[in-house]
Amino acid sequence: MTSATLFGLCGAALIGLGLFGLLTDPHPLRKILGFNLLGGGVFLVFGVVARRGAAAGFYGDPVPQALVITGIVVAFSATALAVALVLRLYQVSGDLSLTPQSSEQPHSDGAEG
Amino acid sequence: MIADAASSLSGTSARGYLLVLAIVVPVGGVLIAAALGRRNAERTAFAAIAVGLVVGIAILSDVSTTSRPLAYVLGNWAAPLGITLRADGISAVMLVTTALIIAATAFYARTNFATPRDVIEARAPYVFWVLLLAVWGALNTVFLGSDLFNLYVALELLTFAAVPLVSLSGRADAIAAALRYLLFALAGSVFYLLGVGLLYGAYGTLDIVLLHQRVQPEPAVWLAVALMTVGLLAKTALFPLHFWLPPAHAGAPPAASAILSALVVKGSFFLIIRIWFDVLPGPRSLAAAQVLGVMGAAAILAGSIVAFRQVRLKLLIAYSTVAQIGYLFLLFPLVVGFENSPWSATAWTGGWVQLVSHAFAKAAMFMAAGLIAQTLGHDRIGDLGGIARMLPLTVLAFAISGISLMGVPPSGGFVAKWLMLTASVEEGQWWWAVAVVVGGLIAGAYVIRVMTRMLSPPSEPLTPAVSINRWQEAVPLSLAVGAMLLGFLPLRPLELLQIGLPHLLGGVSP
Repeated sequence: MTSATLFGLCGAALIGLGLFGLLTDPHPLRKILGFNLLGGGVFLVFGVVARRGAAAGFYGDPVPQALVITGIVVAFSATALAVALVLRLYQVSGDLSLTPQSSEQPHSDGAEG
Repeated sequence: MIADAASSLSGTSARGYLLVLAIVVPVGGVLIAAALGRRNAERTAFAAIAVGLVVGIAILSDVSTTSRPLAYVLGNWAAPLGITLRADGISAVMLVTTALIIAATAFYARTNFATPRDVIEARAPYVFWVLLLAVWGALNTVFLGSDLFNLYVALELLTFAAVPLVSLSGRADAIAAALRYLLFALAGSVFYLLGVGLLYGAYGTLDIVLLHQRVQPEPAVWLAVALMTVGLLAKTALFPLHFWLPPAHAGAPPAASAILSALVVKGSFFLIIRIWFDVLPGPRSLAAAQVLGVMGAAAILAGSIVAFRQVRLKLLIAYSTVAQIGYLFLLFPLVVGFENSPWSATAWTGGWVQLVSHAFAKAAMFMAAGLIAQTLGHDRIGDLGGIARMLPLTVLAFAISGISLMGVPPSGGFVAKWLMLTASVEEGQWWWAVAVVVGGLIAGAYVIRVMTRMLSPPSEPLTPAVSINRWQEAVPLSLAVGAMLLGFLPLRPLELLQIGLPHLLGGVSP
């Protein structure tokens, strides 16, 4: 097993863990953390793609590395926006339920889909 | 197909600069509006909208007269490393539709999002005008992008611009709905990104034209397309991933609801079409297309039934959006696998006419519901009696949009449903016709239910909560009339929609 394969499996595990957290944990901050884990796993997969696509003499294909940098910036901005919304929700309502009114789906805190 | 590849590989078309303008004008507007602030945000928005509308119409006329897609190679760096902007028939149609609906929304929102006279700068109007332009710029990039990662960035820009519009009122339910929308959308875009990574790993390029030539049927491609499709389905709010949409609409200001239902969810649908029909060469998976069709049919039925049972008008219209988006996904089983039949072109036209007419009709409906809610102070359907006397133009706009949603002639909705019914019956897939007809019947039920309440006399005399602005009423009426005018399209495949995609649809139109 090459190191690239090992990192790929690690990325897959992170994606699984992050997705599980995003879907099942009702607390918004933990959903955001789950999204970050998910993103981290995807970026690791990009790194594996870069390693495997390396031409002779290079350590890694630079294009997926550039994509990862853009992806990190996007994930960072997304996290910032999400955390800002969570903070404001707490300030306005005092509690962090994603369904403040009881009329909609009662079980949807735990399931996103 | 070879000619199209050559035209975009060999470089920029003569009028290619229009594509750059289509993106730069809204994005430049965002920067200028954000920098100038105060009242100038609104003025900048209107100026940008005027210029952008002209650019969109110019692109549409160029594509339709030359019958070839427009291309622009950024920096003259050709693929596989360079990025191309490309406008084919469906891009051009979507550019003009977006420009028109954004312009109408801007006129509608002038009343609600005007900076008050005694205030130098107010938060909500400033944010609204900047984000309106940002949504528009993101949509234009989605329609024109020809590189999968460029499209990812455009998709994220669209989400980040649409989410704050949902939470603009600052109430707890609106913020919670916006947070939910953001989490759904982020999960979707991460799946899309993973698919992009897999495709790059397999083929070494992300340019759509090059991928079309290189892609082979293999597990990496199936997985990548499945991931990207699922991610985009979450953003398009297809049943059963639609749970973020109704709360988002319930809390959003009416102008934001109009854009969200009419345009933002269509952006991710546009990307699904791009991936399925532009990146993947034929033959495409029949089973996967059937799965999408089943989800679409389920969306039509579930969305329509839940819409009928709603107490609040805005939520009824939101669930109606969930149902109407299901019609768009019937395009997949009707086109995939039938590329050599003349009926695929019919189904293709039907799907796109449905998209455009739904955009006009739904925007008009949300604007009308917003006017009713602000005049009455509530939007409970049971207590809408007497509104027809107070807001006749608004109720007329609602009625005409409802006619388009039901699929009654003359309206764009009728043309779309007729074309889809014809295609499904002629291809032997009559079960989709059942879904279309039943969906139309239930849509008729909920539209007529609302209209009956609106036209009935009030239980006690009504006084408007705010003064009625007839110019603001005229905007949804003009959008609804636009949806009706689409009903004058001929009941045949439209060649404009097939420019740039000759490899998709073979055969002669019937």
